[in-house]
Amino acid sequence: MKNKNNKKNCCKDGEDWIYSREVREHFFFPKNILFNEINYKADGLGSVGSPACGDVMNVWIKVNKKTGRIKECKWRTFGCASAIASASMMSVMATENGGMDLKTAQNLKPEQIVERLGGLPDRKFHCSVLGHEALREAVLDYLKHAKK
Amino acid sequence: MKKVPRIYLDNASTTPIEPKVLDAMLPYLKEKYGNPSSLHFEGRIAKSAIEKSREKIAQIINSEKEEIIFTSGGTESDNLAILGIARANANKGKHIIVSSIEHKAVLDSYKKLEKEGFSVTYLDVNKNGIVSLDHLKSSLKPDTILVSVMYANNEIGTIQPIKKISKIIKDSKTSNPIFHSDACQAVGALLIDIKELGVDALTISSSKIYGPKGVGCLYLNKEIKIEPIIFGGGQENGIRSGTENVASIVGFSEALSISEKKRISENKRLTKLRDYFLSKIIKEIKDISLNGDKKNRLPNNINISIQKVEGESLLLLLDECGISCSTGSACSSNNLKPSHVLTKIGVSRELAHCSIRFTLGRYTKKADLDYTVNILSKCVDKIRKMSPTK
Repeated sequence: MKNKNNKKNCCKDGEDWIYSREVREHFFFPKNILFNEINYKADGLGSVGSPACGDVMNVWIKVNKKTGRIKECKWRTFGCASAIASASMMSVMATENGGMDLKTAQNLKPEQIVERLGGLPDRKFHCSVLGHEALREAVLDYLKHAKK
Repeated sequence: MKKVPRIYLDNASTTPIEPKVLDAMLPYLKEKYGNPSSLHFEGRIAKSAIEKSREKIAQIINSEKEEIIFTSGGTESDNLAILGIARANANKGKHIIVSSIEHKAVLDSYKKLEKEGFSVTYLDVNKNGIVSLDHLKSSLKPDTILVSVMYANNEIGTIQPIKKISKIIKDSKTSNPIFHSDACQAVGALLIDIKELGVDALTISSSKIYGPKGVGCLYLNKEIKIEPIIFGGGQENGIRSGTENVASIVGFSEALSISEKKRISENKRLTKLRDYFLSKIIKEIKDISLNGDKKNRLPNNINISIQKVEGESLLLLLDECGISCSTGSACSSNNLKPSHVLTKIGVSRELAHCSIRFTLGRYTKKADLDYTVNILSKCVDKIRKMSPTK
């Protein structure tokens, strides 16, 4: 997929950020961060990445048992602006429109997150988008426990 | 972008232009537009301006006038010194030595020479970034023709023992290499008397000393053979062709002269500010480590790693609040590799990701730093709250 640049901002002095408007929005005002997990009763937990690579992400989900859809998706991450923005965007995608069903969540592609973010610089694509992996881990964790 | 007052703490990247420097330049962008190579009146005016600038610079660094070669800046001076000296002296040997934490303008020139058949020794540095003198001594060979060690490091501000290095080279019985030093970061803060330093070639850039960008010079001892890397009209004694950037050369010499006049007082003032700033950061924010040498350090440089706070994220949050700084984090580099300087001094990849550099300047006030610490502490909190606990 060819990454889109944020053409709207690209010529204004000092405003042609390396990231799109959506990335900026989610970086400066991230959605669904879990500040404290101690009293958070998650149905599934996913954790991916390594601090040496620069990015680590934890994802917690709550699942609506009746509908089989994700009703809450929370996260914390260590990483650059695009890592933070992609985590935030992933959490929005997982919970919007009544919540994602588990199969769709497991198959969420990084390209889908990046597209919703209005594109990322090419070099950032592979290292900073971890949200789909963390979400998949969280769903698998939920399914593992649900079987028991 | 919100309108916020800007606090510029990235003076090691480049500096704003000093108003007096701009004033000195303007006539050469307007009515004094001649080409210094022309024989007519306009040409002679331009020629005289660059020769006066050359003389001014030579006086400041204690060299002869003919030993100053104007270039397009630090990168070109480094390229010219290294490629030009090595190629012109290859008949004496093909071994060259360089410190492993040089600027890319130096390291990539050495890489180019490796491809041309030169062999390169990369000198170790200790955990503070000081070059190993023992490694230098043991690396000098009969066919060593060139040694490059930067005067002060651009990322961590570490000052190298240039006089000691030059003494080792001069005292060496095995070889007689040419000693080049990149002084881009040192000028304006440290002594740049080439005789006292004992260097044969020295790189100076204008854009770090409140002068215009795109200009600099190479001091080169007149006994040393060099080959040009740019060819054409034979300007600068045939060493650097191309019509001289007259206005910028005038501005550069004015900037250097002002920097030199202010050097001792600015060094004192900035050292005090730097230490104040660092102690305040350490007081306000937990889990911080200083990268580089505490004592042998440029008076304007602070490079720290803030645990669990990725550098690019922090840089962008600070930028949104009006504060400009820099980071060695892999996430902010084009090749996604962490800073080679931090890696060489043994900073873990993880902590390199968390590195942030503040470099103070001539216009930095104490109040700016108080404000910065306050904002920094808030930004660090914001990022740490988003960070996984493990």
